[in-house]
Amino acid sequence: MKPEGKKRIWAEYQKEIPDDHFFYVRSCIRQTFFAGSEQYFLKILREDLGKDVFEDPRHTTCTGIGYHGDVVPFETIQTVVARHFALATEAGYRHIAISCVTSFGIYSEILETWKHFPETLERTREDLYKATGRTFEVPETISHTSDIIYKFRDEIARKAKYNLINVATGKPLKVVEHIGCHYSKMFPKYGIGGAEFPHVLVGMIESWGGDVIDYPERRHCCGFGFRQYLVQANRGYSLFASRKKFESMEPYSPDMIIANCPGCTMFMDRWQYTINEIDGITYGKDGQGIPVLTYEEVAGLVLGYDPWELGLQYHNVQSLPLLEKMGIRADPSRRFLAKDGTRLPEPANLING
Amino acid sequence: MNVKQANKFGFSINRSRLIDYDTSDRKVREYVTLREPSFKLCFACGGCTATCTAGQHTSFNLRRLNTYIRRGEIEPLREEVTRCMLCGKCLLVCPRGVNTRNVVAMAAEAIRKLERNEL
Amino acid sequence: MKGTQKHVIIAGGGVAGMEAAGALAEMGYRVTLVEKGQDPGGHLLQWHALFPDSRPAEEVKSYLRKRIGNHNITVITGTAVEKIKHHPGGTVTVNLSGSKEEKADAVIVATGFDLFDARRKEEYGYGIYDNVITAPELETMFNGGRVTKADGSVPSRIGMIHCVGSRDEKVNNNHCSKVCCVTAVKQAIELRKMMPACEVFCFYMDMRMYGPYYEELYRESQEVHNVNFIRGKVSEASVNINNRLVIKVEDTLAGRPLKMELDIMVLMVGMEMAEAGTKLAVASGFRLGINRFLEAGDHHYGNNLSGVSGVFYAGTCTAPMNITDTISHARAAVAETVRYLDGR
Repeated sequence: MKPEGKKRIWAEYQKEIPDDHFFYVRSCIRQTFFAGSEQYFLKILREDLGKDVFEDPRHTTCTGIGYHGDVVPFETIQTVVARHFALATEAGYRHIAISCVTSFGIYSEILETWKHFPETLERTREDLYKATGRTFEVPETISHTSDIIYKFRDEIARKAKYNLINVATGKPLKVVEHIGCHYSKMFPKYGIGGAEFPHVLVGMIESWGGDVIDYPERRHCCGFGFRQYLVQANRGYSLFASRKKFESMEPYSPDMIIANCPGCTMFMDRWQYTINEIDGITYGKDGQGIPVLTYEEVAGLVLGYDPWELGLQYHNVQSLPLLEKMGIRADPSRRFLAKDGTRLPEPANLING
Repeated sequence: MNVKQANKFGFSINRSRLIDYDTSDRKVREYVTLREPSFKLCFACGGCTATCTAGQHTSFNLRRLNTYIRRGEIEPLREEVTRCMLCGKCLLVCPRGVNTRNVVAMAAEAIRKLERNEL
Repeated sequence: MKGTQKHVIIAGGGVAGMEAAGALAEMGYRVTLVEKGQDPGGHLLQWHALFPDSRPAEEVKSYLRKRIGNHNITVITGTAVEKIKHHPGGTVTVNLSGSKEEKADAVIVATGFDLFDARRKEEYGYGIYDNVITAPELETMFNGGRVTKADGSVPSRIGMIHCVGSRDEKVNNNHCSKVCCVTAVKQAIELRKMMPACEVFCFYMDMRMYGPYYEELYRESQEVHNVNFIRGKVSEASVNINNRLVIKVEDTLAGRPLKMELDIMVLMVGMEMAEAGTKLAVASGFRLGINRFLEAGDHHYGNNLSGVSGVFYAGTCTAPMNITDTISHARAAVAETVRYLDGR
C-alpha cells in the first residue's frame, strides 16, 4: 500500500470546518444508546477546547428515520430542517454541528436541493412561515460532529493522557474505522477524504497513536438501512451485512471499531451479540467481541475521562479488554452504579463480561 | 439451533448470494472443458436459451448453466442439468459452434461423479 | 512541380503527425513537425506489440521514423503549438511555446489524446494498492520481458479491467475509447503465453471487437489461450491481509455478485482529448464535440475539416482510433490540405 496515494485523495476532499461558534443539533438514537457521547462532545469542545457550542431545547428530530422509512415527505422534512435553521438564525449562529450521520445526510441533501432548485428553497421559506411564523438564513457551513473532532484531533492528542497504544507491547492498537453511508456516499465532497478513502476517522486514529486496518469490506454498509431494520422480518439483511464486515476484518485481529454514525455504532455492537446467540461466533481475538466505540468515546478515553462516565458500559460488547490494553484502570464493579450509589440492574448476555 | 434462535429473534441471518471465486469448486468445469473443448467458445449470446424447448416452460437456461459451470457454482447446477431434454436444437443455433448438448451431458456426468466422490 | 515552396506546419508528432508529414514531404511540400515531447512517436513509443497480429511495435515505429527522414521536413521537439490563426490572404500564423511565431500556408492539427488518469477512478485504488497497474504499464513490463507483482513474485491470477475512464459518466466520459477491448485481449493472450500457469480474466461491459481480425483474436483467446471473460463492471477493489487484491463485480450473466482475488489488476485506461490540444482549441476558437475531442466540419465526408480555412485535423485529436485508422485519417488530412493549397 502506498500512503502517498491516499494522501493525494485526502487533499482533494477537504472542506471548511469552522473554528468556533457551533449550533449543535442532537441525534435521536445517540441520546438513548450512547448518551455519554453527546454529553462528552459538548464537554470536550467547551471545557477542553474552549469553544462556544449553543443548544436550543426547541430543536426536534429531523424526521430522517421517517423520511427514509417513506412516511415523511420531502417537503415536510425540508420544513422541519428549515425550522432548525430558524432556531440557529434567531440565536445568531451560522455554523451547524450535526451529531447524527442520517441528519447530516438529510441536511446535505436539502442544501444541495436548494442550490440546484432555488424554487424549493422559496417554497420551504413559505411553508415554514405559514406553519410557524419563522424565517431563516441558510447556514454558512454544516459539519458533522466527527468533522469537528477531526479538526481538533491534534489538539486533543497534545492533551492526551492515554494513547491508542497497547501499553504491554508498546505497539499501536489495530483499529477498524467505519463511516456511515450518508456521511459521504451521497455527496463525497461533503465528507473529509471523500467516499472511497474517508479520512475523518483515520485522521483521529493516527493522531492518537493507533494503526488503521484497511480490510476488504471496509467500504461495505453496516446493514442498518432503515427499512431493513424497521421491519423485523427484514433484519436478517442487516445482520448479514454486519457479519460480512466482521468476517472480513477478523483476520486482522482488530482491537476495536470506531464508527461515526449512530446506526453503525449500534448495529455493529448489538449484532455481535445476536450473531453470537444464533451461531455462537465471536470475531475478536481469543473468543472476545470487538468493542465498537463512537469517536467521542475514544476522544474521551484519550483525554483521560472515566470510561463509565463516558457510558462504555451501555454497549453490548464491553470494553474491559480494550481499557486494559490502553492502560486505563477502571473498576468494572462501578459500571452499573447510579449517581447516588444505588446499583442498577445489570444486563444479561454482555460480551467481554 | 438456527431455527430455534430464529424464532427467538423473529429473523435469522440471510444467506449470501455471492459467487466467491476463491472458494467455489471448478472440477466440473475442468471435466467438461477437457471432454468438450468447444465449451470454451461460448460468448453467452443466449441463442440456445431462446430456442430451447425446456426453457419455454421451465426455468432451464443453458446460457446461465454455462456460466455456472465456468464459475464453479455446483449447487444450482445439480438441478439445472436434469432439465435438458437433449433434443439438440441449441446445437443448430449456436454461432460459435459449441457442442451444447454434449456440454450438458458432460456436466451431468461430472455432477454424478462428484456425488460419488469420483471426481 | 506544384507547391514546392508551400509550407505546412503540423501540430503534434505522434502517429498522425508523422504520417501526414511524410506524405506531404513526399509530394514536395515544406513541412515543420512540432512535437511537445522530447522525441516524435507519441504514445506508440511505450508500446511493445500491436493488435491484432502481435507484430512488434518497433516495426511501425521504424516505419514512421523513416517517414519523417525526408529532407523537406524540419522537426522541432520540446515545443507546443499554442495558437493557430488564419489571416485574410491565406497566411496561417502559429504561436509556438517560447513565444515564437511561425507562418505557414496551412496547418494540420494532430495533437492526439491523453491517457485517462486512472487515479480518478478512486475505487480502483490506482496509486494506492501495490498491484494495480495500467495497460501501458503492462506494455512496459512486456518490453522488459517479465511481468511480476510489485514484490517481484510471479502472479497466478491477473484481471484486465475494461472501460476505465470510458463509457463512464462519473468521470465525464460517455464515449467509448474503442481500442481498449482488443488491447485487453491482446495483452491477455501475451500474459497466457508468457505464464501458462497464470489465470487471466477480462472484466468487460461489452466486447467491442470492431476492427478486422479483432473478433477472430477474441475467439482465439478463448479457444487456444483459455482467457476467461466475465461480463460486468468492476465496482471496487481493495486488498486483503495477504496484500492480494479483492474485486467486486457482478457476473451479469449469472445475475449475481462475484468476488475474486487477483495478484495484478490491469486497468484498460481510455483516451481523452489531450490537454495541450484542448488549450490550443480554446485559444484558436476550434469547436469541441460533446466528447470534448475536436469536432470536425462534417462527420461523414469532412472529418478532417476544422471549419477554419487552411486548418485541418488528423488522428485521435478528433476521436479515439487505432493506428490503422489514424494513418488513414492522416493521409485524408493530407489530401484535404493539398486540395486546399492547390485551389488557392
